[in-house]
Amino acid sequence: MTDAHAKYLIVGASHAGREALAAIRMHDPEGRLVMLSREKHLPYSPTILPYVVSGRSAPDHIALAKAEWFADNRAELVLGARVVEVDPTARAVRLADGGRWTYDRLLLATGAEPAVPRVEGLERGGYHVLRTLDDALAVRTHAASARRAVVLGAGLVGLHAAETLAEAGLDVTVVEMRPHVLAEYFDARAAALIGETFERHGVRMLMGRRLERAAGSEPCRLGLDDGTELEADLLLVVAGVRPATDLLAGSPVATDKGILVDQRMRTNVEGIWAAGDVAQANGFLSGRPIINGTLPEAVEQGRIAGMDMAGDADLVPYGGGIALNTYGFFGRHAVAVGAAATAEGDGAEVHTTEGNGYCRIVLKDDRLIGLAAIDRVVDAGILWRLIQRRTDLTPVRDRFLSHPLETARALMSQGWR
Amino acid sequence: MAAQDTIRFVPERCDGCGDCMKACSKAKGSASRISVVAGVGQGWEMALCRQCGDPKCVANCPAGALDKHGGTGIVGWSAELCVDCHLCTLGCAYGGIAFDPTAGHVQKCDMCDGAPACVLACGKGALQHLSAAARLHETHADKEDMFVPGLSACQGCNSELLIRHTMRRIGRESIVAAPPGCIPGMGTVGYNGQTGSKVPIFHPLLTNTAAMLGGIKRQYERKGQDVTVVALAGDGGAVDVGFQSLSGAAERGERVLFICVDNEGYMNTGMQASGSTTFGSWTSTTPVGEIGRGKSTDGKYLPQLMMGHGCAYVATASTAFLDDYHAKLEKALAASRAGFAYLHVHAPCPTGWRFPAAMTTEVCRRQVESNFVTLWEFTPADGLRFTRGVERPRPVADYVRMIGKYKHLAPADLERIQASVDRRVETLQGFRRRPAAE
Ligand SMILES: Cc1cc2nc3c(=O)[nH]c(=O)nc-3n(C[C@H](O)[C@H](O)[C@H](O)COP(=O)(O)OP(=O)(O)OC[C@H]3O[C@@H](n4cnc5c(N)ncnc54)[C@H](O)[C@@H]3O)c2cc1C
Ligand code: SF4
Repeated sequence: MTDAHAKYLIVGASHAGREALAAIRMHDPEGRLVMLSREKHLPYSPTILPYVVSGRSAPDHIALAKAEWFADNRAELVLGARVVEVDPTARAVRLADGGRWTYDRLLLATGAEPAVPRVEGLERGGYHVLRTLDDALAVRTHAASARRAVVLGAGLVGLHAAETLAEAGLDVTVVEMRPHVLAEYFDARAAALIGETFERHGVRMLMGRRLERAAGSEPCRLGLDDGTELEADLLLVVAGVRPATDLLAGSPVATDKGILVDQRMRTNVEGIWAAGDVAQANGFLSGRPIINGTLPEAVEQGRIAGMDMAGDADLVPYGGGIALNTYGFFGRHAVAVGAAATAEGDGAEVHTTEGNGYCRIVLKDDRLIGLAAIDRVVDAGILWRLIQRRTDLTPVRDRFLSHPLETARALMSQGWR
Repeated sequence: MAAQDTIRFVPERCDGCGDCMKACSKAKGSASRISVVAGVGQGWEMALCRQCGDPKCVANCPAGALDKHGGTGIVGWSAELCVDCHLCTLGCAYGGIAFDPTAGHVQKCDMCDGAPACVLACGKGALQHLSAAARLHETHADKEDMFVPGLSACQGCNSELLIRHTMRRIGRESIVAAPPGCIPGMGTVGYNGQTGSKVPIFHPLLTNTAAMLGGIKRQYERKGQDVTVVALAGDGGAVDVGFQSLSGAAERGERVLFICVDNEGYMNTGMQASGSTTFGSWTSTTPVGEIGRGKSTDGKYLPQLMMGHGCAYVATASTAFLDDYHAKLEKALAASRAGFAYLHVHAPCPTGWRFPAAMTTEVCRRQVESNFVTLWEFTPADGLRFTRGVERPRPVADYVRMIGKYKHLAPADLERIQASVDRRVETLQGFRRRPAAE
């Protein structure tokens, strides 16, 4: 055994990796555990970055796990270690700096990277992205001197960033090719409510438009498909992500959009697991492999991977991914669980109420499949389990539709005592 | 780690008055963190943070704003670090952390520094402030300890814990038999003409404990006195040489409580093997050397034999699960009014088995988690019932690896142990009474 050999080797030091590490240590207090991160910073969450941009979170107060935590867990964190190749035959990984680690069990928790659409004139260095702490610090510095910002993409990250930049006093325009904001979570009506709030706060929302041309690099000129011309001192491209699978080029590990994994987060190659944004596991409602790149999902998958790697008999195999998010904007509050945007028909019933906050409940066979709410308190964690357990709501249907918060709490308190 | 508190809800006592919620919101100056809601169909239900052992809200927080305190067990929230993303609420299956629109951020129960306002406000007794230690403390603290201080058990031995718990519950109206073994050896039967116990205690032979107790009980019955007679025996005094009189007393249905504290050998006399010593164990009479590889046969499983006697009550217990033990002790005491009651408690021995003294409770827990020890109870009417599930056990190797007396074992030996553990579980499952419908 060489020095650079780990029983458990984890690549990527964020939610999925941290959770896997903790799960391994619950079961195996001893086996050598090494975590490789290409970052030079202590582990942090990409989700915190909009708050670093806004200044709400101080960059030196965002660590998900500090040195003592690694020491307490008898795990080694190696920073500045970027894995460029995985060799399953030799059970080894190669680093960009030429280093090499061998492993008994390997977890790939490399997350995702910004996906930049192919647009004429849009070139590296001419725009910003937001995935790493360094990205966030760069946006923050640049925003201090910029006047006009264009945010490309109205997903969760785009809207977070747009809000932050608007609050910082910039002139902000959001360009999104889909017809409304947050299309992967919310129906058109909910999205309109969110979009209107942005407009009320002075953000220009250009939905259903596509960026066709770019020229120059910050300040740059942008041309949209409907002929609109925009100028941006700061261009932030947040038009989606792609799983960070580059290190698998030429390896036998099976990928589709992400790394394909089973219910125990095992890849097709023995001794290699994957979890989090980089993994593609089965969707609960579709039953097909999906990318469900959210933080709670990374936590869930990381825990399962860690338990399986350590041989923990208490492992409950993955039940399937369910879309789930919660979102605060300009002091308001939105939640989406499951297939909340499903259209009426094909067995799905939709119930929408709008007094006292917006709430859209989607049922199928009297079972919950999705719920979206704006400015209305619901317990998303309980709803998530009602979907997953396929709880029959027939006995409480009317009450659930009018009072989802209280009814879900009653079902929880009675059902999982 | 200190015992950690929880707030317990007793739905039958709740009438939905909402005083707890008013008290919480007054104490915290915001929306109530405890929520009482109408049940489905009837009654009242409650949502409140459970201060989970492995909290998902903490795992979901990107800002490090939540953490579980190792000492108090309370999941704490930091206003300074929180960024209002509400991702924590997605993790919680209990409605224990929720967005409070008036406060503008999430809120959760912090147990009010040890004196929860909601519990104090509930006049119906529907909320109770409890911890594992508090639960045991509540029921047993006021009772008298029946042994003198300063018993000289080995460091880390759980027998002392066990007998103090047991006799505190049984109380003064009792007579104890402690046949040769660690329990008299640690001083319970006394030194220098002084007794080690506050109740009459005697030191029978290994061979006649159950017979003597049966006779004593009959004499008291004849005199119309209600006395609990209890044996605190080791495995030697039960499984081996004590078995004949134990078997006879059980068969006659003597009204005796017989507790076997099983440390799998004659530990106080120099760690010789007993009939209860399990396969592969090193002892001084089953040595490990060029030829010997520890004990070459399986241990005798006395609790199963006692079921065969049709005792009024038979149960197994582990000191890592003291609540379970106390529940069984209650039933055994009740059963011993009418017939023979037998409790078999596992007592890993740090000195003789060679593991660190601080690990005893962990070892007990591992025994149970791996099904090496199963927790169950039996009555002739209801058959056997597992009091802790035997599904999804840990591999038995997880337990065996903790213990020095198994250090020499080869993979094939481990397989054999695993196989006999699995077989025993299957056998025990056969003692379950099938529901009438099946
Ligand atoms: C700005 C922003 C806002 C977000 N907001 C939300 C939100 O509100 N709600 C939500 O649910 N989700 C949100 N997300 C998504 C969420 O952060 C991710 O789902 C989550 O972080 C995934 O965790 P992960 O551990 O799988 O991967 P990541 O967090 O992406 O971590 C992967 C780690 O692996 C490292 N790495 C990658 N490749 C290598 C390599 N070759 N060698 C060594 N190390 C490598 C990376 O440096 C990184 O640290 C947001 C994301 C962003 C960017
Ligand atoms: S709302 Fe606050 S405490 Fe909850 S996950 Fe977000 S940052 Fe953490």
